[in-house]
Amino acid sequence: MDIQPILAALRKHKIPAILIVLEIALACAVLCNAVFMIGQRIGEIKLPNAIDEQGIADIRVLGTDPKLSADDVPRNLAALRQIPGVTAAAVINTMPLTNNGWNAGVGTSPADVMDKDSPNVATYFFTSSAEQALGLRLLRGRFFTSEEFAGSKLSDSYIPTGHVTLVTQSLADRLWPGQDALGRQVWIDKDFHFTVVGIVADVLRPNENGEGLAAFHWSMFLPLTPGPGGYLNDYIVRSAPQDRERVLRAAVAKLEALSPNAVVRPITFTDIRDKYFANTRSMIWMLVLVCVVMLAVTAFGIVGLTSFWVGQRRRQIGIRRAVGATRAHILQHFQTENFLLSSAGVAAGMILAFGINLYLMQHYQMLRMPWYYLPASAIALWVLGQLAVLGPALRASNVPPVVATRDG
Amino acid sequence: MFAYYLELALRSLKHNRALNVLMVVAIAVGIGASMTTLTVLHILSGDPLPGKSARLFYAQVDGDPTPDYKHAEPPDALDYQSAVDLWSARRADRQALIVDSQIKTRAPEANRPPLMLMMLSTTSDFFPMFEVPFEYGSAWTPEDDANRARVAVISSDLNDKLFGGQDSVGKTLRLGDADVRIVGVLKPWRPSPQFYDVRGGRFSNGDTSDYYTKPEDVFTPFYTGLEINDGNFNQFNCWAPPPNPGHLVNSPCNWVGLWVELDSAAKVVSYREFLNSYAQQQKTLGRIRYTETRLRDLMQWLDFNQYVPRNAKLQTWLAFAFLAICLFNTVGLLLAKFLRRAGEIGVRRALGASRGAVFAQCLTEAGLIGLLGGVGGWLLTLLGLWLVRRQPTPYSDLVHMDVAMFFTTFVLAVVVSLIAGALPALRASRIAPALQLKTL
Repeated sequence: MDIQPILAALRKHKIPAILIVLEIALACAVLCNAVFMIGQRIGEIKLPNAIDEQGIADIRVLGTDPKLSADDVPRNLAALRQIPGVTAAAVINTMPLTNNGWNAGVGTSPADVMDKDSPNVATYFFTSSAEQALGLRLLRGRFFTSEEFAGSKLSDSYIPTGHVTLVTQSLADRLWPGQDALGRQVWIDKDFHFTVVGIVADVLRPNENGEGLAAFHWSMFLPLTPGPGGYLNDYIVRSAPQDRERVLRAAVAKLEALSPNAVVRPITFTDIRDKYFANTRSMIWMLVLVCVVMLAVTAFGIVGLTSFWVGQRRRQIGIRRAVGATRAHILQHFQTENFLLSSAGVAAGMILAFGINLYLMQHYQMLRMPWYYLPASAIALWVLGQLAVLGPALRASNVPPVVATRDG
Repeated sequence: MFAYYLELALRSLKHNRALNVLMVVAIAVGIGASMTTLTVLHILSGDPLPGKSARLFYAQVDGDPTPDYKHAEPPDALDYQSAVDLWSARRADRQALIVDSQIKTRAPEANRPPLMLMMLSTTSDFFPMFEVPFEYGSAWTPEDDANRARVAVISSDLNDKLFGGQDSVGKTLRLGDADVRIVGVLKPWRPSPQFYDVRGGRFSNGDTSDYYTKPEDVFTPFYTGLEINDGNFNQFNCWAPPPNPGHLVNSPCNWVGLWVELDSAAKVVSYREFLNSYAQQQKTLGRIRYTETRLRDLMQWLDFNQYVPRNAKLQTWLAFAFLAICLFNTVGLLLAKFLRRAGEIGVRRALGASRGAVFAQCLTEAGLIGLLGGVGGWLLTLLGLWLVRRQPTPYSDLVHMDVAMFFTTFVLAVVVSLIAGALPALRASRIAPALQLKTL
């Protein structure tokens, strides 16, 4: 198809042509970045978490006398384990995604801990059989022995005095890239060190902690025996998913009966997850809504302007038809015209999208957008343009040649 | 003349219905999106104490003697010694220590399970200094501060919950294991942000929505709070493990905030000098090592903490990009609308209308469409704000449209449509009458 006449026609309508190009450029730029943000957030929600999310409930017991917890905790656990349907119960200092962070800087040597770039890690302390209660998936090595649980108390620095730990695969890869982590030492502060006895599948931290998604799986687990001090507040109760609600009610009743003055806060893990990601999810919906409405507005803008052009050029179209152009020729004319405008728009839009991404990287800690987002959204806008132009173009192709002979 | 243009504009609305509806909808959607995010931003970035905030200051001294890289800026909270020294020096017009902690709360009279609530331990100046409104009773006295009196002020929410909104002054509240007497009940009080607890924004990575939570439900004198909730305090940071976790008095930890009110510029200068000389003196005594101090006023402190959540700002950017797309769209459609009537405009020009008159008429039409879009945008903004209120963010209950934002909606809509209309109107006013008349 010869594009010379189309360019000539566009030159006559500079302003509307520029407007369409600008609109498409801006839509392309916003679309790229919005879709990228949506993707990032979906990625965050989809992060794997290797515990039994469907079967776990968490009951936080607050306001008890911390001096008595050495006795209270074993008593409460024994009571919980008697509930029919409970497959495992244990106490832990905090749970994934609860925003109750227990973090520590760790390193592979005492000097390494003090380094500014040493990784900040979520530390979970739990009592015996918590591996089963959480449903941790052991990849290599072993879980803790009962001696290791019994020998570990909480020190004044909030760190257990035991000398063994389980680490997640991601943390192992971060601390000893390309090497075997089993048997190596992890240091917390400069006074505490732990031997890695097992590597477990990735478990999420209590919160993202502002260190990026890569760090969201940096968790380590330390054994602990209940002692005085109110730090073991989260009772994990695991059951089959269908028993979960019933077990949770029974567990709350038992705990309330055992500690009448306590504040007992039950929640299933699925609710913990929903709560943690509620904001992320609403941001996703908002971005989707903006994208859809924006594309609709752009499409209607193209329909409106092209309709106007078709109306203005009825006579010329009639003449072209009269001198031998087929309907297909007229249709093609408008489609090609739109394709040219869209191309100019997406070309500018891709540059703009890249610029916006750079700005967001600087000011909003956004990641670099992978290159394929650019051609993908370009194709989306090409298709959108062609669909939008189809109606007016068909109407144009239906202009009868006889129009040419009429005046006006 | 304007009335005549308006009549023409109204008349032209009836022609090209589809085109007009398209423009009104485009403006409405653009305005709706941008005003929703702008209203949220407006509410989040406001001054919590207008007229007073310039006289309130947050004092910082660096009590951490560890030699490392962190000392360019003093920490966001004070260690116990510095806080109490500065407070008891009473060099400001008013001064309040603050520290908050979680505590189990019950009312022996009310028959309901205990609650875990946030308690603010502060000093008596807190209430007049931050203009906290009272429903019943009053704040405690400076003597209560000194005597560690077992008294408390409670929030209106808690009073509703425990005492059904009745005057509960004189009644007893059990905090942890201690009984305190209620001396005051607040009116509903919801500063935005909850400015006095703001800290640590540098480390929050832009997720600062927690700065907009409700104020604490229980307020006790500073020392009273430290006594009855001993063992349950959280540090801002520690430079060495505290000997008794949760007990932070004289521990190597930063955890207390100090707000001061300074009513004149001269006092601000002299308070700065006082802070510096205190740091110097403590350094001489060997207690601290770094003498950087800060005295930021309330808004500076909020800005330093980058208190507006990053997501809210990002959404506003997005919404305005969206409005720009709607604007381009409207320019194109207005151009189509005006040029389609080239013949009519040609006749008016031939009959003596000046270019200015045609331009004014076209702009009136654009403005009218903007106004209609504004009405639609206002309704969409209300819908958008309703959606925001249903979100689980701490500030969702704060979000509403105020008078300023109501008018901004319409001003923005009309301004946007006038900007959009300017170029098409200019084109329309350039239409040569002769050429158009020939084709009629």
